[in-house]
Amino acid sequence: MSAATPADGAGAGIPRVAVVVFPGSNCDEDAALASRNVLGADVKMVRHDERALGDPDLVILPGGFSYGDYLRSGAMARFSPVMESVAAFAGQGGAVLGICNGFQILCEAGLLPGAMLRNEGLRFVCRDVFLRVESKRTPFTLAINKGDVLRMPVAHGDGNWTAEKRVYEEMLARDQVVFRYVRADGSRGEGGNPNGSLDDVAGICNVRGNIVGLMPHPERASEELLGGTDGARLFKSFATTRMAMHGA
Amino acid sequence: MTVLVKVMLKPGVLDPQGKAIADALHRLGYGAVSDVRAGKIFRIEVDTDDPKAAREAGSQMAEKLLANPVIEDYELVLEEAGAAAGAPR
Repeated sequence: MSAATPADGAGAGIPRVAVVVFPGSNCDEDAALASRNVLGADVKMVRHDERALGDPDLVILPGGFSYGDYLRSGAMARFSPVMESVAAFAGQGGAVLGICNGFQILCEAGLLPGAMLRNEGLRFVCRDVFLRVESKRTPFTLAINKGDVLRMPVAHGDGNWTAEKRVYEEMLARDQVVFRYVRADGSRGEGGNPNGSLDDVAGICNVRGNIVGLMPHPERASEELLGGTDGARLFKSFATTRMAMHGA
Repeated sequence: MTVLVKVMLKPGVLDPQGKAIADALHRLGYGAVSDVRAGKIFRIEVDTDDPKAAREAGSQMAEKLLANPVIEDYELVLEEAGAAAGAPR
């Protein structure tokens, strides 16, 4: 295995990651694998009907099609018992990462602003995209340079994020846009945005910066074997942030 | 009673489905179609004869689950039990 050993994990101990498993989640094992291989984490899979997260450092809401995506993507997962624990954990400043369907769930739950519309082209889009890091204020981007361009895959039909104008202006003022879709050279424009999202937004955070949601899949770009390692940078940034917080 | 909950994207919110349907109608020759908005209707049977209770239940269900207030508006229509299905033609 080419798994990076978390040699820098000594001071604060091994990170604990809770991966939530909803009926219809299908990237839960990928998220767990990336957490183990990149973070060297002790991973606990937490079912939708459980409440105990197990005192984690990080909660991941993985991709998939929770509850069949019926009604609206993420609309029903929001009412799972586990989400009360996730909201409480986030409320205390705990780090939460929502990937794809996890991002949709965070929006439906009101933990992140905005909502998802059907992709502009009405097609399910499954391809690599380029993301530009727009903010360093989250644990997942603190150790990445603003302006860096990351390549990772998207796979979604409802990723067209939008928000009311007033809400979006507040978000901009508070530096809540974390990632934007760009072209390979880092510029915005035709061909960059796969779903028509408002202002090319690919990922956002809450006001405090501890909850992050993004449509692309960093866990699917976390090892060379998967075709890229740019996604691993989000996990590594989390590890660095965690070490800094533990005063190591 | 039957509560119909109609959910539509708010005016001004992009509706990719409606746009695709409008394009299809144009291709079928309906050139007079200027706009299409696609929505959802939920037909919910509620065990009550009290229109007020049925309406209250309907609006709670719409606000909690059926509509996302960030992007959607909803409208309630009440029907007497059997009014739609059993009415003489």
